[in-house]
Amino acid sequence: MSKPFLSIENLTQTFPDGKGGNLTVFEDASFGVEKGEFVCILGHSGCGKSTIMNILAGLAEPTRGVVKMDGYAVSGPSLDRGVVFQNYSLLPWLSTLKNVTFAVQARFPNWSKAQVTKHATKYLEMVGLHGDVIHRKPSQLSGGMRQRVSIARAFANHPKLLLLDEPFGALDALTRGTIQDELLKIWGGTEQTVFMITHDIDEAILLADRILLMTNGPFARVAESVEITIPRPRTRTQIIEHPNYYAIRNHLVHFLGTRSRELAGKQSGEGAKAPRTVRIDKTTSTEAAEEAPVLRAVND
Amino acid sequence: MGSFSLNQRAAIWSLVILVVSLFVWEMSIPAQQAAGELTEYERLTGGGRPKAGVPPPSQVLVKAWEQLSNPFYDAGPNDKGIGIQIGYSIYRVLTGYSLAALVAIPLGFLIGMSPVAYKALNPFIQVLRPISPLAWMPLALFIIQDSEASAIFVIFICSIWPMLINTAFGVAGVRADWVNVARTHELGPLRTAFTVILPAAAPTIVTGMRISIGIAWLVIVAAEMLVGGTGIGYYVWNEWNNLDLTSVIFSILMIGVVGMALDAAFGVLQRAVAYVE
Ligand SMILES: Nc1ncnc2c1ncn2[C@@H]1O[C@H](COP(=O)(O)OP(=O)(O)OP(=O)(O)O)[C@@H](O)[C@H]1O
Ligand SMILES: [Mg+2]
Repeated sequence: MSKPFLSIENLTQTFPDGKGGNLTVFEDASFGVEKGEFVCILGHSGCGKSTIMNILAGLAEPTRGVVKMDGYAVSGPSLDRGVVFQNYSLLPWLSTLKNVTFAVQARFPNWSKAQVTKHATKYLEMVGLHGDVIHRKPSQLSGGMRQRVSIARAFANHPKLLLLDEPFGALDALTRGTIQDELLKIWGGTEQTVFMITHDIDEAILLADRILLMTNGPFARVAESVEITIPRPRTRTQIIEHPNYYAIRNHLVHFLGTRSRELAGKQSGEGAKAPRTVRIDKTTSTEAAEEAPVLRAVND
Repeated sequence: MGSFSLNQRAAIWSLVILVVSLFVWEMSIPAQQAAGELTEYERLTGGGRPKAGVPPPSQVLVKAWEQLSNPFYDAGPNDKGIGIQIGYSIYRVLTGYSLAALVAIPLGFLIGMSPVAYKALNPFIQVLRPISPLAWMPLALFIIQDSEASAIFVIFICSIWPMLINTAFGVAGVRADWVNVARTHELGPLRTAFTVILPAAAPTIVTGMRISIGIAWLVIVAAEMLVGGTGIGYYVWNEWNNLDLTSVIFSILMIGVVGMALDAAFGVLQRAVAYVE
């Protein structure tokens, strides 16, 4: 099997726990992401999702392990990996528009000023920000608007890998839907790979090719990789009618509800272990999947 | 007074306080003079000089009118207009201050960015900072051999510390999130410094600059009293030697007004670089 586009090998992160000891947030996380794939990661708060994303972005060094993209080890941040930070990270002294042109200029240094502004405006419009709003400072925007600016800033740069840390967390259901659609459109039209953290199971099912499930920390692990066997294009209203939808959803809820806890806290010590691939597909099988989804798991 | 805004009410009160204090001042002077009918000794020493007492505000106002209607006259080394004297002082302050900024801001950047530089330079800063700037004057005069340059040096040394410390503090405190934005956009060190760290730290830096200009203006008066020749500090001292207290009071007021103007200029700058997180 050839190496995936993005490969995470034996990632372990420990932090000082403030009492002189060490706290292992996650241990031996290993997984791959294929080119063009859309992967979501689900896990309880504090299990280390943002930490993993920072490592993928090249902003933090893991205690152990490597991340490889296109075969090369990630050793620092790059324009090829665009990040939407959990706390938006807009520059407060720049206007909304300038926050985006700042990024576009960095990405396309040869573009003229007009070109840069046009491109930035287009992406701001895409997330529903236009008119005089774009000349306001981030402090004058609502939380949801700031989040959208941050999304526009990342999307406008066409990175090979988009890293999204709960990008829709502060949005109302309606805006969230619109921007999810925009994200799918952008992703579908390009060779972009997306790695997204979310707490919303339905959002993950709607968007992802695959969902990684993390157990609770400390010593969190990426325990399962659940394939979303619902064909694209998907819409919110159609997916719930698909026979696999509830089976997958129940599996995820069950994992987050009980199994993430049962599997947690164990120092496996077994070294690298790829997450167990779970494929739930009721369209090709007659068995009842919801009752015992674990039985349907196939190890690879 | 419900129909007046807060600012209007404050302005009215300021005016009332001003008028009342001037009135009390004016009224207390003749009484004092009357009480102090010239003694034998006074007649011998200062009797020829009618202005030896504290002047009433009306006299100061007349003096101010006189001086301000022709601020730039120059009638020899001991008789120059107030505008010329203040001009000298401002020139010295701005020269010493700019030199200090040129050193303090880049050095502060370095200290703020590098924990090693911070630890290495901190002991020097801690020892040098509490030294009264005027204490440098003899050494400066001896080494530089020029009173003009020595005064500028004293301004340099007194304005460097607040700028240095605030710049270091501001740069070190720039939020890691913003630096991460620069890093994910592959900005080089120079562009990161100018487009992210400088604007992020600017409010703290400008606060340091504002403190420095205030201190520099305090110190220049004392320095010019020592060095002599020209400047508002020298002017005050010279008028004191002439026992012209009206001019002394007038120049004290002018020192206050110029200091306020310098501070206000930096207030404008401070507002320009401020941001809300
Ligand atoms: N710099 C740090 N020093 C010490 N501990 C840290 C540091 N950064 C993160 N942690 C710890 O690592 C754990 C994982 O943090 P992380 O932010 O990755 O969680 P998360 O999964 O993203 O949570 P959430 O869903 O709430 O965003 C937490 O227990 C946190 O306290
Ligand atoms: Mg997080």
